[in-house]
Amino acid sequence: MADKQPHITGKGLKIAYGDFVLMRDLDFTINRGDIFIIMGGSGCGKSTLLKVLVGLKAPAAGKLIFDGRDFWAGTREDRDIIMRKAGILYQSGALWTSMTLAENIALPLEQYTNLTAAEIRDVVSLKLDLVGLAGFEDFYPSEISGGMKKRAGLARALALDPDIVFFDEPSAGLDPVSARLLDDLILEIRESLNTTIVMVTHELASIFAIGTNSVYLDVETRTAIAHGDPKELLKNPPNKTVERFLTRGEKGN
Amino acid sequence: MAPQAVFTCPTPREALVRFGGEWKISGGMPENRADVIAAFREPSFDKVVFDARDVGGWDSCFIAFLVRLTEMCRKKGVVCRFEHMPDGAQRLIDLAFAVPPREGAARKSSFVPLLDRIGEKTIAAWNAVSNAKDFCLEALASLGRFFRKEAVLRKADLAAAFQEVSFDALGIVSLICFMVGLIFAFVGAIQLKVFGAQIYVASLVAIAMTRVMGAIMAGIIMAGRTGSSYAAVLGSMQVNEEVDALETMGIHSFDFLVLPRLLALSLMMPLMTVYADLTGILGGAFVGIFMLDLSPQEYFRMTVNVLNMRNILVGIVHGTVFGVIIALCGCYRGIRCGRSASSVGEATTAAVVTSIVGIILATAVITFICDLIKV
Repeated sequence: MADKQPHITGKGLKIAYGDFVLMRDLDFTINRGDIFIIMGGSGCGKSTLLKVLVGLKAPAAGKLIFDGRDFWAGTREDRDIIMRKAGILYQSGALWTSMTLAENIALPLEQYTNLTAAEIRDVVSLKLDLVGLAGFEDFYPSEISGGMKKRAGLARALALDPDIVFFDEPSAGLDPVSARLLDDLILEIRESLNTTIVMVTHELASIFAIGTNSVYLDVETRTAIAHGDPKELLKNPPNKTVERFLTRGEKGN
Repeated sequence: MAPQAVFTCPTPREALVRFGGEWKISGGMPENRADVIAAFREPSFDKVVFDARDVGGWDSCFIAFLVRLTEMCRKKGVVCRFEHMPDGAQRLIDLAFAVPPREGAARKSSFVPLLDRIGEKTIAAWNAVSNAKDFCLEALASLGRFFRKEAVLRKADLAAAFQEVSFDALGIVSLICFMVGLIFAFVGAIQLKVFGAQIYVASLVAIAMTRVMGAIMAGIIMAGRTGSSYAAVLGSMQVNEEVDALETMGIHSFDFLVLPRLLALSLMMPLMTVYADLTGILGGAFVGIFMLDLSPQEYFRMTVNVLNMRNILVGIVHGTVFGVIIALCGCYRGIRCGRSASSVGEATTAAVVTSIVGIILATAVITFICDLIKV
C-alpha cells in the first residue's frame, strides 16, 4: 500500500541550541504510508528533531523537503498551510485544559472548514468514536485518565483528516495493555487512511510491532547511524550501538 | 575501627594502597585522605594496586574514594589493579565506569570574571528589552488582526476573561479600597482635627481616591490576582505543550491566549477604577460619620463639591494604562515561561513584580505629563 513516494526528506540537517550542536548531517527519507520511527537513547535529540519537523524549531543548517517544498525556506504562513495536512499528538496529550474534549477537537474544524455547528458536532463524535471515547464529548481533560488523554489528543490530531500524524512518545506513561491498544489504533489509522506516521519513541515493543522505517540518532556521534525497517535493523544491525539498543543491551556489547 | 588508606611505593614504578577499617558514610573518610589523593595528582608510578584485604565494613564511602583514585589514574595512564575487594565492591566500581562521561556535557567552571558578568548582564538586559518590544509589537499586530476580524479567539474565552477581571474581582477590590479610604480619612483626621477642620477629610479622601489612589489600588490588586494568574495559566500551558499545539495548528497563540486577556483588562480597568474610587469614598465616609461625628449629608455634600470630572478622568486614564501594563506583563511572562514547574513560579513572581514596577513608573510619567499640560 505504501507507494514509496517521499513525503518528508531531511538533507544535511543540523540542529543546535546556540553553539551546542545536538545533531548534524542528518539525512533521511520518510515515504508516504510509512510508520517512521525516530529512535535513540535519552537526550539524543529525538523530540527536538520532531520540533524541526513540525515547524516549532528552525534547523541551524540543511533542508527539510515536505511534500516537495522546502519547509523552512518559506514564511510562517507557508508552513501553516503545509501543517494543516498534519496532526500532532504530544507526549502529554497537550489538550487545552479549559475546553471540553469536544471543544478541543472542534477548534481546528471551526478554524479551517466551513462546516456548520451541527456538522462539526457529528465529526467530533466520529473522531471520538474512532479512538474509543464515544460519549466523552463534554468531559474536561482533567476528568479523564492519561491513556484517555492520549486518545483524545489523537482524535484532535486526526480532526482535519491529516496526511501525516506526528507522535511524541505516545506510549510514555501508559500501561502495557493501553500502549498496545494505542499501537493497534495507530496501525488501524494508517491502514484505513494511508496516513504517514512519524513517531518518536524508544519503546521497543512498539517499534517492532508497527514500525516500517526508522532512523537511529546516536548521542555519541551526534548524527544518524542507522536508517531502515527496524525489524531488518534487528536482523542485520549496522553497528553495535544499534544492536545494543534494539536488543536492550543483550547483544552488541 | 576508623577507615585507613596506607599509601606506599614498594618499587619506583609501582604503588600500593592498603585499605583497612570500617568505611562507612557515618564514620567519614580517613584522616590522610588528602595526602593519598595528593600522591595521585602527579604520580611517579605507572601501576597501582588497591588492596582491600583489611577492610571490615564498607558502603558508598569506600567506593567513592576508590572511584576518585581510579579516575585520577585513568587520566594519567596509570594501570589499576584491585585485589581482595569485598563482594559487590568491584561490581559497583565497574558500574561507576560503565557509561563514560558525555563529551562536552560537564559544566564549565562556575567562576566568571566580573567584567564578563557585567557584559552578560548587559546583553541579557538588552535582549529582555528587545523581547519586550517585540511582544508589544506583536500585541499591536494582534489587535490589528482583531479589528480586521482575522484573529482566532473564542467568545467563551473572551467572556470568561471579562468576568475574571470584573465580577470576580469586585469583592477584593471593595475590601481593599474601602480600607484604603478609611486609612486616608483616619490619617487626615488626626491633623485636621487639631484645626477643627475635620470636614475637609471628605475632600482629602475624594480627591486622593479619584485622581490616583483608586487606580493605583485597583492596579495593584489586579497585578496580584489577575496578572499573576495570567502568567501561571499561560506558563502551565507552555509546560503542557498546549501553546505548541496551537502554533502547529496554525492558530496564533497570541490571538487565542493573549488578546482576550489584553482586551478584558484594558476595557474593564477604567470601570474598576471608578468602582475603587466609590468604595474608597465610602471608607472615608465611614470614618467621617462614625468617628468624626460628621453627618452623612455634610460629608457627601463636601465630597460632591470637590469631585470634578478632570480628576475622575485622570484616574480613569491611570486605570486604563495600568490595565494594559498588567495584561502585557502577565501574558509576556507566561508566554515566555520555560518548560519546568519552577519556571511557572518564576514567571508568576516576575509578572507581579514587573506589573507593580510598571504601575509606579506609569504613575510618575502620567503625573509629570498632567503637570506639563496643567491638568
